Amino acid sequence: MNVMLIDYGAGNVASVERALQRLGARSQRSHSPQCIAKAEALLLPGVGHYAALIRALDERALRAPLLDALQRGVPFLGVCLGLQALYETSEEAPELSGLHLLHGSVRSLPATVKLPHMGWNQLQLARPSRLLEGISADAYFYFAHSFAASSNGDAVALSNHGADFAAVIERKNIFGVQFHPEKSGAPGAQLLENFLRLAA
Amino acid sequence: MSLAHRIIPCLDTDGARVVKGVNFVGLRDAGDAVALAARYNAEGADELVVLDIAASRDRRPTFLETIRRVAAELAIPLTAGGGIRTLDDARAAVRAGADKVTVNTAAVARPALISELSREFGAQAVVLAIDAKRVNDHWDVMVRGGRESANGDVLVWAQQGVELGAGEILLTSVDRDGTQLGFDTPLTSAVSRAVSVPVIASGGAKLPEHFAEIFSEGAADAALAASIFHDNLQSIRELKEYLSARKIEVRLPC
Repeated sequence: MNVMLIDYGAGNVASVERALQRLGARSQRSHSPQCIAKAEALLLPGVGHYAALIRALDERALRAPLLDALQRGVPFLGVCLGLQALYETSEEAPELSGLHLLHGSVRSLPATVKLPHMGWNQLQLARPSRLLEGISADAYFYFAHSFAASSNGDAVALSNHGADFAAVIERKNIFGVQFHPEKSGAPGAQLLENFLRLAA
Repeated sequence: MSLAHRIIPCLDTDGARVVKGVNFVGLRDAGDAVALAARYNAEGADELVVLDIAASRDRRPTFLETIRRVAAELAIPLTAGGGIRTLDDARAAVRAGADKVTVNTAAVARPALISELSREFGAQAVVLAIDAKRVNDHWDVMVRGGRESANGDVLVWAQQGVELGAGEILLTSVDRDGTQLGFDTPLTSAVSRAVSVPVIASGGAKLPEHFAEIFSEGAADAALAASIFHDNLQSIRELKEYLSARKIEVRLPC
């Protein structure tokens, strides 16, 4: 299994690479449309601003090959912004269009709590999850974000910071997590291992 | 289900060695950065901070190498700081494996640095480090390792930093740092209530009671300490068990 890490020039891709390496998986960074078209499995890590990610996908002409790969059933894991990009729009950059693979939009968490939602939080399972298999129900995961998708139909697990939001989504070959499994200790490693197994 | 309070060990490094100051002066060696990082990762630390206390231009490659080697040991977030003066400095730290960067003196000198970093990496990656010293009825912003006053009010600067795009405040009490008398609760509480972002309390920790107090009365979101962890005066695991027993939400390591 070779995981293609979509590298759009922002954030700490190295930490995802290291996490995959520890699990014995091969990975390769790329931002070329040709590589994405040929990938066996795709991982879109994301930190920073929603606009930077969406603009990079379009400027590098990655949107079409990415959508095509997902349509063909190539396993995909979106992390943080990589999950948010799957929705229609985001309040963080309302003028831009997301990937429209999931219904709904990404909104700011309520200002009644401290933002960013930064640190370790737990999940609430909404329905059986393939990604969370073998992970204790009270496990903590590391979050660092201010925007999130509402707990819509594709969410298999929610978390809460001022409001419930989608923490894990699964739809056929498309997976997404709002937290950072690559920085979430043992439960995070287990989740990545589950993704690798599902993708194999 | 709620956000856990974080325990963050800090490695003040000079080259590859961890050093520890007392009231910001008088340094002593506390061990190898990579070995300590691996230990804290295993013991249940929630994040790790690595600061370059020398922060000189010619020593920069050594610090970046330390970030790389420390990051390789971690399955938790890493924050790097000390001597980050420009966007390029921050890029180098992030490329080396840091998830967040802290800025302090350079941000006081040129606040726009905070916005530049925030635009590039997102607010969640920008930690504004503030060194605070009590003067009469307020706290003064201190720079250059806590040695010089910047003639600014800590509460005003914290709010301004957040407006400019800082996603977190690392608040060190210069009065308490290295004293092991406990965190500065009035300072931390005042800053935490003045800003909309998480606040990491730093300076003065020794006993588990100090952590319980800073999370409850101090309204801190995270607490940072160095020597008590390096010297095995306090185990992170036992500290978290102590806090958990007092109904303070923490992530207990498995």
